[in-house]
Amino acid sequence: MLTLEQLDIRQDTFELRADFALATGAIAAVIGPSGAGKSTLLNVIAGFFAPVDGRVLWMGQDITALPPAQRPLAMLFQDNNLFPHLTVAQNVGLGIRPDLRLSSQDQTRVAQALTRVGLSGLEGRKPSALSGGQQGRVALARVLVQRCPLILLDEPFAALGPALKNEMLDLVAALAAETGATLLMVSHDPADARRIAPLVIIVADGVALPPQPTLPLLDNPPPALAAYLGV
Amino acid sequence: MAARPFPLRRSVLSDALAWAAVACVAGLILLPLLAVFWRAGGSSLPGPADWSALRFTLVQAVLSALFSVVLAVPVARALARRQFPGRRALVTLMGAPFILPVIVAVLGLLAVFGRSGIVNQLLGWLGLPQVQIYGLHGVVLAHVFFNLPLATRILLQGWQSIPAERFRLAASLGLGSRDVFRLLEWPMLRSTLPGVAMVIFAICLGSFAVALTLGGGPRATTVELAIYQAFRFDFDLGRAAVLALIQMALVTVTAMLALRFSLLDGFGRGLDRIPRRWEAETWLLRLLDALVLGLVALFLLLPLGAVIWRGVAGLDSLPPQVWRAASVSVVMAFTSTAITVGLALTFAHLARKRQGVEAVGLLGIAVSPLVIGTGLFLLINPFSDPARLTFAVTVIVNALAALPFAMRVLVPALRDVEKDYGPLADSLGMIGMARFRWLILPRLRRPLGFAAGLAAALSMGDLGVVALFADPDRATLPLQILRLMGAYRMDAAAGAGLLLLMISLLLFWLFDQGGRRDVDT
Repeated sequence: MLTLEQLDIRQDTFELRADFALATGAIAAVIGPSGAGKSTLLNVIAGFFAPVDGRVLWMGQDITALPPAQRPLAMLFQDNNLFPHLTVAQNVGLGIRPDLRLSSQDQTRVAQALTRVGLSGLEGRKPSALSGGQQGRVALARVLVQRCPLILLDEPFAALGPALKNEMLDLVAALAAETGATLLMVSHDPADARRIAPLVIIVADGVALPPQPTLPLLDNPPPALAAYLGV
Repeated sequence: MAARPFPLRRSVLSDALAWAAVACVAGLILLPLLAVFWRAGGSSLPGPADWSALRFTLVQAVLSALFSVVLAVPVARALARRQFPGRRALVTLMGAPFILPVIVAVLGLLAVFGRSGIVNQLLGWLGLPQVQIYGLHGVVLAHVFFNLPLATRILLQGWQSIPAERFRLAASLGLGSRDVFRLLEWPMLRSTLPGVAMVIFAICLGSFAVALTLGGGPRATTVELAIYQAFRFDFDLGRAAVLALIQMALVTVTAMLALRFSLLDGFGRGLDRIPRRWEAETWLLRLLDALVLGLVALFLLLPLGAVIWRGVAGLDSLPPQVWRAASVSVVMAFTSTAITVGLALTFAHLARKRQGVEAVGLLGIAVSPLVIGTGLFLLINPFSDPARLTFAVTVIVNALAALPFAMRVLVPALRDVEKDYGPLADSLGMIGMARFRWLILPRLRRPLGFAAGLAAALSMGDLGVVALFADPDRATLPLQILRLMGAYRMDAAAGAGLLLLMISLLLFWLFDQGGRRDVDT
């Protein structure tokens, strides 16, 4: 279970509060107007940004002071999710060992992860030789080998076309289901939430609201969300 | 969404080493200065010769800056509004003087403007009086040769900062070239020119090799040259220290003024974009621009061509001490390049954590090599014969002199890498060696190669502190050329000059290309 306890996030004039829990294995979409703090919320959970007050807990353990790499989570950013100078296999391998000293067992795991995302045979390619969708798959293969119980997505597929993006989201949902991971994904498209996320966290007006069931919320939105959705 | 980073646990040892390196640099620059202060304290006040050196230093620097800047305006304007075959080569040529050894340029200028040079031969045929290159105008000429291209490149950047849409608007309003100059170009020049002039003024204040070869005598001695003469001819350490103090004050004040204009950025990135200039599409302006560009190309290429032309003949009969000096210089260049690049990386790394670190690395530009050399001499002299430490001192001073330029390239490059890929590396736990090997080194290859190329070429061509320290048996290639010139062995000097030119360019090219090979974007 991911618990955000009395979080108080501030940056210059920006302010965001969050106080809720997300059950293990849940998939939640973080939705709200741009600038409301969706990415900032994920950055606080991931450890890239320190809150002024409050705690982040995973399974009851306080992880607020841990550096990003020591938290039990994997994160995909809006861009720069792959190192362009490394091969596909090296990019995935970094999820196992950051110094890339991979045993033959590790290499097998890399190959398996690449097969799972449908990229077997492309181990030696550089990212620039891949399509946008394939690059997304490499990043997901790395998330897979990281074996983290919590996955954070900060709109990594926003630059892809609708069909490709849906394909990626389905793959993410399938991977999360296979590994039992908890998934938190930022989105500005309610259709993404309908597609794979049973829960929605609304971020608006300086507050991140507790997760609510997606379908009733989107079918019957409260005023703030209705204004954002334009319905 | 700029994130406040968590303090990542890095190895304490490597950070301690990095800070030790910073302390070393600060010590190597500041201790000699203290020694100069201390020694100057006990000696007499500056005499008339010292004041005249100060006056000459200021006069030649003002004139050099003025001529460079004024002449650069039409050149930059022509480059900014004309597209022609060879334009890219000409812009590249404008960058070449930075890595051109001073002594080579002097050889070239002598071949063109010297007593039996091309210009005087032409004048002789025409029955006109000869020109003299030695003295104030020679010094200024050489400084313009080096700094006109620099000014041109900076001004060209200024021109390209004017949006193409403005020129389109000007054309739609029917403005002529004079109106465009007044409304668009002059405002840009007014904000750029003072900075460019200031930078060139600062560079010329530290003139040593040019003054040593083309100046000299009581009427054309810079402070730097006077320091050298106090050392070599009078061995008057007290007077050298007083002069070093004057030079220090001069350069510190000017460097502080010049640093406010950060003009060394980019090294001419993106100078290929040329907006269409309707108002300049007249045959008269075309002719004018062609004339300007032709003259400047001639001014830059003729001396270089002369070095090659005269050097080829002397190349196969080079005396053995030239080859010995060349090998010493190459070893020095590699050593000081390694030190420069290592220090620049260390400083760039620490500059991200602590402000002010960068300033320590930039100290090298504010302090002249001869002043540091004087201080080091004063420090070493009581304990050992400074001549025995020529190699170490020269390598260190060269490395410190190149450090500001290497940092100028690497600090922003590292900042970009960390901005783009830092979060991913952090989230994967890539710290210490793993981060260096798999992220920093591969992503910085290009700027590293470029910075190393600059450092190597600068060290290779340096003629400064080595002249203070070296005894007759030891020399770098530039110093050896100077000695050949002093002995009027001009053929051997020309051959050695060509050798130096080739090695300098080759070193730059090797490092720069090494950084470019197999780089993924």
